[in-house]
Amino acid sequence: MELYLYIALFSPLVGSLFAALFAASPKSLIAGVVPSLLLFTSFVASTILLVNILSGGDIVHVEMMTWIATGNLYIPFGFVVDQVSITMMMVVTVVSTVVHVYSIGYMDHDKSFNRFFAWLSAFVFSMMILVMSDNFAGLFIGWEGVGLCSWGLIGFWYHKESATWAANEAFIMNRIADLGMLIGIFLVYWNTGTLQYDEAFAVMPALNSEILTWMGIFLFVGAMGKSAQFPLHTWLADAMEGPTPVSALIHAATMVTAGVYLVVRANPLYDLIPHVGLFIASLGAFVALFAASMALVNRDMKRIIAYSTLSQLGYMFVAAGLGAYWVALFHLMAHAFFKALLFLGAGNVMHAMHDELDPFKMGGLKKPLKWTFIMMTLASVALAGIYPFAGFFSKDLILEVSLIEHHYIIYSVLLFTAGLTAFYSFRLVALIFHGEERYKLFGIDPHEAYKFVLIAMSPLLILAIIAGSFKMTYFEMVTAVLPATQYHVHSVVTYWIMTIGTQLFVLLAIAFAYKKYANNRITVPNGTSKMENRLCYKILSNQYYIPYVYEEYISKPYRELSEVFWKHVDMKVVDASVDGIANIIYSTGEKTRTMQSGNLSTMLKWMVAGTVALLSLAVVFGLAVRYSDEIKLIFSGLGVQ
Amino acid sequence: MMEIGLNHYLVLSTILFSIGLVGVIRRKNLLMLFFATEILLNSVNISFAAISHFYGDLTGQMFAFFVIAIAASEVAVGLGLLIVWHKRHGNIDLEQMSTMRG
Repeated sequence: MELYLYIALFSPLVGSLFAALFAASPKSLIAGVVPSLLLFTSFVASTILLVNILSGGDIVHVEMMTWIATGNLYIPFGFVVDQVSITMMMVVTVVSTVVHVYSIGYMDHDKSFNRFFAWLSAFVFSMMILVMSDNFAGLFIGWEGVGLCSWGLIGFWYHKESATWAANEAFIMNRIADLGMLIGIFLVYWNTGTLQYDEAFAVMPALNSEILTWMGIFLFVGAMGKSAQFPLHTWLADAMEGPTPVSALIHAATMVTAGVYLVVRANPLYDLIPHVGLFIASLGAFVALFAASMALVNRDMKRIIAYSTLSQLGYMFVAAGLGAYWVALFHLMAHAFFKALLFLGAGNVMHAMHDELDPFKMGGLKKPLKWTFIMMTLASVALAGIYPFAGFFSKDLILEVSLIEHHYIIYSVLLFTAGLTAFYSFRLVALIFHGEERYKLFGIDPHEAYKFVLIAMSPLLILAIIAGSFKMTYFEMVTAVLPATQYHVHSVVTYWIMTIGTQLFVLLAIAFAYKKYANNRITVPNGTSKMENRLCYKILSNQYYIPYVYEEYISKPYRELSEVFWKHVDMKVVDASVDGIANIIYSTGEKTRTMQSGNLSTMLKWMVAGTVALLSLAVVFGLAVRYSDEIKLIFSGLGVQ
Repeated sequence: MMEIGLNHYLVLSTILFSIGLVGVIRRKNLLMLFFATEILLNSVNISFAAISHFYGDLTGQMFAFFVIAIAASEVAVGLGLLIVWHKRHGNIDLEQMSTMRG
């Protein structure tokens, strides 16, 4: 089994290095096909490991080599495939294989085709390290690796100013959060003396709760950055500057869920500090609503889906915060499938519309983009949580969890958000695919994506439809390592009222979205309609003015402060002292070069001067050695040791 | 009558050495420079011989002979070069010898 572990882990790396060989040369199909095949290999290896675990095999735990061993600190390159990490591995390998194949079609005309695959596979490798590591240090390496690859892929089209800006924003925001995470890891090491998950968690119950609280908070700060939770959420929407497959893989299915994975992985810790868990859940519920509200009015297709991702991450944190770790992980898995599908569908639409992102300029695309229409509709249905799609099983479960745990406020927020989710998802679908063919105004002739691209997307479609049926198998599997709390509403009547009520509410929201946006009266908004001039619309479409506030009150003062430091500290202190030293040496040379006059007589004089100087030094030292005792006596009399 | 001891020789040697040193520094005539060098070497010879006698060890005196021999050959070579230089340039002034100057 170890062999399969190594295959699953390292084939993306090999793929990445292979594609990197061609990074500087013009597009060659092989640079896309080989990494995709290697990823498929990784997927197969992961499946074998999954089957092994499902059939009751042992958890595969290997220690590849020692990484750091000094004093009491011992950190190996250790990897573990247990029930939690295999779930993540399956999600990562499935989605990334699909996205790789999809990208062969999507990046077809891009000049940097080869470089794209090098980054994308490198990302998958980092993600695999993140989920497979058996200690916090390895997790952190993967954590930083995915951050780096995310930076490279958001800023993939680096000639676009906005893309590089968004890449830097994502990177810097993540660094801020990573500092919190690093402090959390240090706290774990200081108090438990180890970074191995199992050993550290075994010690934790004996620690006092204040330390545990700080540990939980700091680790969660790291999770907040990666999973774009408020107030570090602005980077996720801006990250949509990257190519769409990147958004599907990194900013929907895998990397952003790393924060949820961290909380799930650290479940023994969070179980000990339920008040932090409650905070996580409350923040999750807030973000769910907050992000969904921004998605309601946005006019950028990808940003709508990004806000939806943010909102769903909020759901996952609610579940994780309330101790329903397996539910969080289950929603993570289901969400990865349908959200990646949604993004890839959006990528097809973008290609057909020549990179147009405003759904108001589309309309009626269901005829030319029949398959994309079907896929995106089904993905949206899954996202909205209609029976029997994946979202129904995972999202409704989170609602039930919050109800059963008696957090009625969180429950109502999530229920309301479920309605909003359905509304904005179908607003998007209605605007893109239904109604009048507004794109004709812009003289675009849309075409469906390549056949193989559509076929590549189909596994995600199938999974988005049927993922819910794995629920019990999955439950039995992961509860071997996660707390096995079954969440059943005790009263049958309440259960049915809840389920049917939620379903009706969601269906109503969908119907409302269709009624409002799937008609022929929709025109491209130009800022004059009554709706657009309402205060609430303005607040929402400006993302609650949070990016503005960050810009005005953080970025600009920081810039000014930096300027002051540059002019007064850097130029006048640092530069001046460095220049000063150089100037002294230079002028010494300038002054002494007259010695070298070439005149024999002068040279002889200098020679004599040198001899005299050396001789007198020798005499002085000789005397000093001879009279060292007396000199010491004098010094001690002066108070010098 | 004062006994002439080691110190007297050493003082003499030092005085001669200083004279030689001043000569090396001040003289501009190459021939005079050679004389000054000879004075330097011989001042050292005096101290060699004196100290050798003081310790009753012949090594110092042997060393002095070596120095004399080498000084003689050095002067022979130096004078040869000096004559060649004089034939070429018509003078033996140190100030004029600056062809090595960069």
